[in-house]
Amino acid sequence: MSLSKWVRRIGKPVIFAACLVPVSLIVADIFQGRLGANPIEEITHRTGDWTLIFLLVTLGVSPLRRLTGWGVVVQFRRMLGLFAFSYGLVHFSIYVVFDHFFDLAAILEDIVKRPYVTVGFTSLMLLVPLAITSTKGWVKRLGGRRWNRLHQLVYVSAAGGVLHYLWLVKADTRRPIVFGLVLVALLATRLWRPGKRGRRAEAVVRDAKASLG
Amino acid sequence: MLIRKPDDIKSSDITPESTYINRRKFIGRGVAFGAIAVAGSAAPWAVRAATGRRDEDVQDEPLTSYEHVTTYNNFYEFGTGKEDPSRNAHTLRPRPWTVTVEGEIDKPGQYDLDDLLRGITIEDRVYRLRCVEAWSMVIPWRGFPLSKLISRFEPTSKAKYVEFHTLYDVEQMPGQRGRVLPWPYVEGLRMDEAMHPLAIFATGLYGEDLPNQNGAPFRLVVPWKYGFKSIKSIVRIRFRATQPQNTWAIVAPNEYGFYANVNPEVDHPRWSQKRERRLPGLFKRRKTQLFNGYADQVGHLYAGMDLRRNF
Ligand code: HEM
Repeated sequence: MSLSKWVRRIGKPVIFAACLVPVSLIVADIFQGRLGANPIEEITHRTGDWTLIFLLVTLGVSPLRRLTGWGVVVQFRRMLGLFAFSYGLVHFSIYVVFDHFFDLAAILEDIVKRPYVTVGFTSLMLLVPLAITSTKGWVKRLGGRRWNRLHQLVYVSAAGGVLHYLWLVKADTRRPIVFGLVLVALLATRLWRPGKRGRRAEAVVRDAKASLG
Repeated sequence: MLIRKPDDIKSSDITPESTYINRRKFIGRGVAFGAIAVAGSAAPWAVRAATGRRDEDVQDEPLTSYEHVTTYNNFYEFGTGKEDPSRNAHTLRPRPWTVTVEGEIDKPGQYDLDDLLRGITIEDRVYRLRCVEAWSMVIPWRGFPLSKLISRFEPTSKAKYVEFHTLYDVEQMPGQRGRVLPWPYVEGLRMDEAMHPLAIFATGLYGEDLPNQNGAPFRLVVPWKYGFKSIKSIVRIRFRATQPQNTWAIVAPNEYGFYANVNPEVDHPRWSQKRERRLPGLFKRRKTQLFNGYADQVGHLYAGMDLRRNF
């Protein structure tokens, strides 16, 4: 089997299934009543965690490729990014339905008044243009370099996600700090880039194309 | 909709002391309930069903299940996750238990808890519990009014506040290894709040001794205040002339105050307090009530106070 065939027939379905595991566990726990006394809080926390984890994993793809030389991993990046967005949408929908029951005024008030919601909402909104432009057509339309510049917004979104988490905890900041450190480490690998500017630009274009499989 | 500011609430809604409770009835029933509770400790819920709830109980709101009351706890001494205390609190040894009583009183000393409880009638009380995190429960406690114990210590006229400390023992409370909060956990009440008949020391729930994760062997329950005021596993009671510094007010003074009265009009800086999620419910739809629904009984304590400033 050729590599591209392998990616299409085996790699992607396996990763796709793996990405569905967290949400499947949530659904299973709902049906078995294992979410405890406050199921909505539990689901909000789990989906929030997974949104951030998927964002960080997505951000880890290119450093992984550079570290290992496995060019193939880039082909999974779009899927991972779209899963981050999807978990974020579920996370947000839970909040809209169960915390506020579609009370738009209350939601807007929260977004304006509560910094942790402002930041979370911004992070999610930043992902919208990225999800829309994640298709082959959009890469062509924007051109690799511009597309790539746009998609660096994912760093801002992830940073917002970490800040969102940091601002919502009552006292135990250990987990948001761990997420923050991971993000800083990922950013650091990006800043540290041996090689000439020209090669870098080429690599950027190649990356963009490759990520579309 | 008319949104009322706390300024509006402070005087008009306050019931005069003479009418908020019929003391004689209260005490009489308390004794009766204690007797029933002792006699019926094997099946206290059958007893309760037979006798009905007392006036100051929550009348028509269903109880939160035993399972949820005992597996969803904020008790950082055993971890910051809600289920951590039920998993980790087995290391706590609730007996023998020594309580240090000190400060502005005539009878300071170290007391064995069982000695302190001797002769005290244990009553059943069904109270709402409203957490500052905007969830709530209805819990059948067993316990007795603080006032019964406090009057035994004979506070002096200088005693204006009472301060309480939770046990600080890393061996028994593994969560204290981390510095999530400054240990020991400290809470306090104004003397008149502490002497209010709704304020109780709880020694049990659902007719049995307090599970460790709920604050064994004894804890405060102050139903008109946010849950964090109801300090657990108490080892020190200190009577003071000045207002104590309570733990959450030290950690985040802009978010948590000394009074922490339940109040839908005074938001937590990071979330609204207007509504609450009555567990295990899904929607956050229940309107939070001023003083958690106990305004008729406790409102007079705060007459003339700016509740927004004294949050
Ligand atoms: C990319 C966007 C977002 C990310 C990465 C994210 C991530 C997170 C994380 C990690 C948590 C904490 C989970 C835990 O405690 O284990 C969380 C909690 C939460 N998030 Fe988000 N979030 C995002 C967007 C949003 C949005 C748009 C909203 C609503 C407008 C929102 C509302 C909440 C709420 C209500 C909580 C729970 C707060 C609490 O329990 O006190 N989040 N989120």
